Amino acid sequence: MTTTSADPVTFEDALERYDPVMGMEVHVELNTASKMFCGCSTVFGADPNTQVCPVCLGLPGALPVVNARAIESAIKIGLALNCSIAPWCRFARKNYFYPDMPKNFQTSQYDEPIAYSGWTEIEVDGVSYRIEIERAHMEEDTGKSLHVGGATGRIHGASHSLVDYNRAGIPLIEIVTKPIEGTGAKSPEVARAYVAHLRELVLGLGVSDVRMEQGSMRCDVNLSLRPIGVTTLGTRSETKNVNSLRSVERAVRHEIGRHAAVLDGGNRIVQETRHWHEDTGVTTAGREKSDAEDYRYFPEPDLVPVAPSREWVEALRAQLPEPPSLHRARLQADWAFSDLEMRDVAGAGAMNLVAETVAAGAAPQAAKKWWLSELARYANEHDIAIDDVPMSPEQVAQVQGLLDAGRINDKLARQVFDGVLAGEGTPEEVVARRGLEVVSDDSALGDAVDRAIEANPDVAAKIAAGKHAAAGALIGAVMKEMRGRADAGRVRELILARLG
Amino acid sequence: MSGSNAEISRDDVAHLANLARIDLTEDELERLAPQLSVILESVATVAQVAANDIPPMSHAVPLSNVFRPDEVRPSLTPEQALAAAPQVDQQRFAVPRILGEEA
Amino acid sequence: MTDLTRLTAAALADAFAAREVSAVEATQAHLDRIAAVDSDVHAFLHVDVDGALATARAVDDARAGGTAVHPLAGVPIAVKDLLATNGLPTTCGSKILQGWIPPYDATVVARLKVAGLPILGKTNMDEFAMGSSTEHSAYGPTRNPWDLGRIPGGSGGGSAAAVAAYETPLAVGTDTGGSIRQPGAVTGTVGVKPTYGGVSRYGLVALASSLDQAGPVTRTVLDAALLHQLIGGHDPLDSTSIDSPVPAVVEATRRADVSGMRIGVIAELGGEGYQPGVRARFDDVVALLSKAGADVVEVSCPSFDYALAAYYLILPSEASSNLAKFDAMRYGLRVAPDGVEVPSAEEVMSASRAAGFGDEVKRRIILGTYALSSGYYDAYYGSAQKVRTLIARDFDAAFEEVDVLVSPTAPTTAFRFGDKLDDPLAMYLNDIATIPANLAGVPGLSVPSGLADEDGLPVGVQLLAPALAEDRLYNVAAAIEAMLAEQWGGPLLAQAPELEVRT
Repeated sequence: MTTTSADPVTFEDALERYDPVMGMEVHVELNTASKMFCGCSTVFGADPNTQVCPVCLGLPGALPVVNARAIESAIKIGLALNCSIAPWCRFARKNYFYPDMPKNFQTSQYDEPIAYSGWTEIEVDGVSYRIEIERAHMEEDTGKSLHVGGATGRIHGASHSLVDYNRAGIPLIEIVTKPIEGTGAKSPEVARAYVAHLRELVLGLGVSDVRMEQGSMRCDVNLSLRPIGVTTLGTRSETKNVNSLRSVERAVRHEIGRHAAVLDGGNRIVQETRHWHEDTGVTTAGREKSDAEDYRYFPEPDLVPVAPSREWVEALRAQLPEPPSLHRARLQADWAFSDLEMRDVAGAGAMNLVAETVAAGAAPQAAKKWWLSELARYANEHDIAIDDVPMSPEQVAQVQGLLDAGRINDKLARQVFDGVLAGEGTPEEVVARRGLEVVSDDSALGDAVDRAIEANPDVAAKIAAGKHAAAGALIGAVMKEMRGRADAGRVRELILARLG
Repeated sequence: MSGSNAEISRDDVAHLANLARIDLTEDELERLAPQLSVILESVATVAQVAANDIPPMSHAVPLSNVFRPDEVRPSLTPEQALAAAPQVDQQRFAVPRILGEEA
Repeated sequence: MTDLTRLTAAALADAFAAREVSAVEATQAHLDRIAAVDSDVHAFLHVDVDGALATARAVDDARAGGTAVHPLAGVPIAVKDLLATNGLPTTCGSKILQGWIPPYDATVVARLKVAGLPILGKTNMDEFAMGSSTEHSAYGPTRNPWDLGRIPGGSGGGSAAAVAAYETPLAVGTDTGGSIRQPGAVTGTVGVKPTYGGVSRYGLVALASSLDQAGPVTRTVLDAALLHQLIGGHDPLDSTSIDSPVPAVVEATRRADVSGMRIGVIAELGGEGYQPGVRARFDDVVALLSKAGADVVEVSCPSFDYALAAYYLILPSEASSNLAKFDAMRYGLRVAPDGVEVPSAEEVMSASRAAGFGDEVKRRIILGTYALSSGYYDAYYGSAQKVRTLIARDFDAAFEEVDVLVSPTAPTTAFRFGDKLDDPLAMYLNDIATIPANLAGVPGLSVPSGLADEDGLPVGVQLLAPALAEDRLYNVAAAIEAMLAEQWGGPLLAQAPELEVRT
């Protein structure tokens, strides 16, 4: 388990001599209520082995029955990726032994995937790339192992492992691209953009939560290099479980450098799986692809063929949301955002959040402002996805509503965000509890203005003499006395009314 | 794996036993190789009539599209699930250390 | 007083309905019989005295309270140890599952429980149903009640012997290549393999998923029909279960009329390799059917010559995958390899499977692993599946000509223990006549046809019909049964030697 020892080659160096070819295999866990082949719940985070039954535990005698919604979700994903939907296909058993796989075969699809030959388009720095989709097929997830006795909970050095089968049997769709060629130095970004695009697309379909940090979207990156000008493919490595967008980009970059170093040294790339190490940003050798890996696929005799009718497929097609590119174009027009603004929103992963906030009544610019400032900062500080920020788009719109009504000002709004994020309640409740509402009572404000004028006769004189710009100092004094709970505009009016 | 005409060597059997996760003794390997060769020679006759234009039959019933609604059904209790486990720890199946892949 | 163990299930049901006998009495009588003879027969791997009596009591209470119960409620039954029984050990005749108690019921078992049939226990079998003699049971063979030195057939020898020895009137078996029918033939009992998909496979520990089917094991055709009616029918837990009503088998049994029926003798089954006594009794039955007004013709099913070969590729292939789950991780035997300090999961799996599986199971797993290997799949598994198509086509063509096909059930009568143990191919030949039905998914039934002249042992005749046409099988079988009983002056089993009763 060591990295191949060869002089490191920089990414830029590698690309002068080699042409990278990528292949992406993305597993998407569907958000069906029950598992692929049994009625056990799929809720994430349950106590170990509480969501298991004879079927997903692989008990002798138990039999699988296919979840109809999983098939529909698979077809929707296939259609969204412009795939052909197989008029007839079967499940197959992929036979290999592993303790987290209860039957010691995975019920999957082999040479008859439900969706095949599709494509999708992504954009990197204004350049669009067409990614060809080889297939999207259905399969089941495995259990989860906890390795005990090793120093870090990793597999190596562990004395034994503890297996929880709650995840076993959750439906997965594996989406496999054809070789992605010609992306050159943009390869890492293209890989990342593809995964981000898939994520957005699947999220739009509503068939998966696609939370990479929870493992409901997992990515394997195949990479090979070939000398520039050569058309045959080089030997590839398969880096498993690259589970964040950033890691996808880093892993591709790392593997390009590693391959180049091996090839430069006159050595051959070993066809193997590689493990990605998030912390160090390198991959290490895993299992070598060999004769021992003979999966002995055969049609699953316990399940009958799936033969989606044309009518069924068309009915599902009619349910598809508009494709992300069209959706985004429509939103951009609706919101009157510039390309740059749009890219910022997309980059923050806040497209849907902004849309929902606008739908809840906020102006697009305001919605964007809050999600890209207060809330993005909160997500960053807490190291969570922006979707997981504990504040809903409706609540963001409510804060903006308070602002628009003049009941709070910009500065107070930030305190309202703090309160809601701290779990103090709804924006209204936070305003009430923290006493954040601006004082709109003119007599109270007037008193404060009078005191400010009295305390600052020089400034008052300047204003009275027509130097209205000096009003700022008096406004500051009033705001200070009111502890921010005043509308600065109104304060200015009152000052000018008295001195003007 | 070498050998046409359904000859299975001792090494072939060893390889298959490894794939099938069965420790075979030297004795068993020696005994199984000729037995399997005889059986294979006999069953290989299927190839004589398996013409290209004959569709393979994987299922004995002509059914398709058998689905169940996406509804949650009661699971076993963890006690039931773990009752037969050779070893249990922290409400999980305790298994010997796992080689190879990172899970 | 009548010996309740000699009554058929139908007769017991009548006696219950007439309040002449209680379910507890009937159940106790069978438990006593098991205690008296099973040390010799060894049909049972596990007897559930308390559970069976509790069910019987509940049925008696229900009847006494005027609650409507199933007609078979209170009729004791034995279940092959291949079916999962909640709370009762289920070993499949294997050491690897020693002590395993399933947390759930097979659908067939659930239906028995709902109907109130006391489950006497679990019957012996070849390990994971691989065999034709029960000699491959890890818990020792079952002995044929006709001759304790001979095999009772297999894999369901335990169920057939239990029924033949009057330990139970009813039993459930499973049939992947003849495991219900061949034991039926060699023990002088009735065995039915329903249409594939006709009886739920949920909870039936899979040997070969595309071939397995559970079915009735009884002493009479009517009892088989009654049990078939109870366990058959659609099950949403089995994707291969057929969603249509159970054929009207009880009605067909009561008809027992073959006049005008077209019956085909399969040319490929019954010639060379079949014992003279088997052929003679088969010819007798064919003559009887003609006499009773059936139109008997010979039909040819040329692809049946390849059935055995296809079967011994498909079965081991599917079995190698089905039996992978026995890996010592979640249930069953766990054995540490010798001389390894901290063994890995892989090493423990291999050591446990080596210790837990018997020779025949290992042989078939290795064979199946080979047949599915890349590079060999097309030549072996792929070709076998094509042969399957050819066999189904042969059946289709034959059923264009005739209503029912007939053949001897097994090529020989019960052989002596050890005779074929060292020759797997010779053992496999026992199933030569029964296998085609499994490959094509059509139903088959074995009914006693007499005793072979040379050894005085039971012989069976097999009837085959198109998918979901079980009614034809029961009709013809009931007619054969009635005609032969008239000839013999009673059922064939009445000619069996009495077993020594031990206390």
